[in-house]
Amino acid sequence: MSNRFVTAAILVAVLAFPALTRAQTTDRRESGKNIHRDGWDRIVPPAPKDQKSEPAPVRDLTGIWEPTPGYRDGVFATGPKEYPSDSKPEHELPFTPLGLKTWKEHKPGFGTTAVPIAENNDPFDICDPIGFPRLELFNLRAIQIFQSKSQVAIVYQNDQVWRNIWMDGRELPKEILEPRWYGYSVGKWVDDYTFVTETVGLDERTWIDNVGRPHSDELKVTETWHRVNHDILEFTMTIDDPKMFTKPWNPLNKFRMRLQPEWFDIREMICSASEAQEYNKTVAEQVVADKNAKKK
Amino acid sequence: MSHRLVTGFLVSVALLSISGSLFAHHGNAAYDNKTVTVKGTVTAWVWTNPHSFLKFDAKDEKGNVVHWLGEWNAPSTLINFGITAKSFKTGEEVTVTMTGMSKTGQPVGRVTKVILPDGQELSMGSER
Repeated sequence: MSNRFVTAAILVAVLAFPALTRAQTTDRRESGKNIHRDGWDRIVPPAPKDQKSEPAPVRDLTGIWEPTPGYRDGVFATGPKEYPSDSKPEHELPFTPLGLKTWKEHKPGFGTTAVPIAENNDPFDICDPIGFPRLELFNLRAIQIFQSKSQVAIVYQNDQVWRNIWMDGRELPKEILEPRWYGYSVGKWVDDYTFVTETVGLDERTWIDNVGRPHSDELKVTETWHRVNHDILEFTMTIDDPKMFTKPWNPLNKFRMRLQPEWFDIREMICSASEAQEYNKTVAEQVVADKNAKKK
Repeated sequence: MSHRLVTGFLVSVALLSISGSLFAHHGNAAYDNKTVTVKGTVTAWVWTNPHSFLKFDAKDEKGNVVHWLGEWNAPSTLINFGITAKSFKTGEEVTVTMTGMSKTGQPVGRVTKVILPDGQELSMGSER
């Protein structure tokens, strides 16, 4: 078979079956179905239907974890799972008068107090640091936990940030000289499978969640990470802020995360200031301009 | 259907009310729940956080070119539904379905489905 003939045959095949050839490339792939991929574009196996697993290792949280059964189950756009902003009486938070006033001053894009894009004052919309605990109460995606004798470090897909939780015996700072976006955290094992953290010193510019719930300088966040078995980690959070809330509340309660394969690469998910600015320019300003035009 | 009809810049508007909310970083209070389908030519596919954007031009009933802006989910979500940074090329003719249109009447909406020139549909299926 001559080279010319082979070339012609290939050309005919390519012209005859364009969809077939496109399907082999990255710009045309199957759509409409949720096929989870990691940061290196490798398909991640779905969570098994049963929850059977080997026993958990003792005092060990290390590994890459994602919300389960769905990897998007931690998005919480309208507020955290146990307390979404939806006007249902069971989801009303125990605000103090100051808490309610401060919440109303916040203009989120979601929930019962949502405003149009051009009017919102969400600090994360201009890519200010998302802060803690919003880091875990909005867009809780993949996390990787590292552990040493002295600390647990958590790396988050969300905004590609990390936290250090000290367990070298130090106590929380008695006085906060410098509030931080992600606060000051200490942790300890309360049994072989349960690690409890406490965090204080959180910057008041941050919001607790995606619907603008506020916090003060007195916020203390407690996280309970309970390893149920080898594959499942349960996560509970308690918000305690006497200036903003009359009693503590749990935005997440036994929220489940699943251990991922060791090869799982956490996808980059960064709030880019220039991209956010472009967004505001193309969408928000366009909407404002139209509103003003209609007023005239 | 004639070639001209297929390739022309037809704007078809279907006012279908649906429920459900979209995930987006900046919120959806600026959008209503109408569904609109527009045929146009891709001018840019912007693969950015917190949202991606499909920019495309179409002609309205009077023949005026309308610059549309279709907002879609974040790349970290779309990638799991077969939609990538290379899904659209400038100059391609696409049919874009948007559910959630700008309340101000701007040609801005939330993309739910795009049909490519070869007929392939890109969407997040029943998820939003």
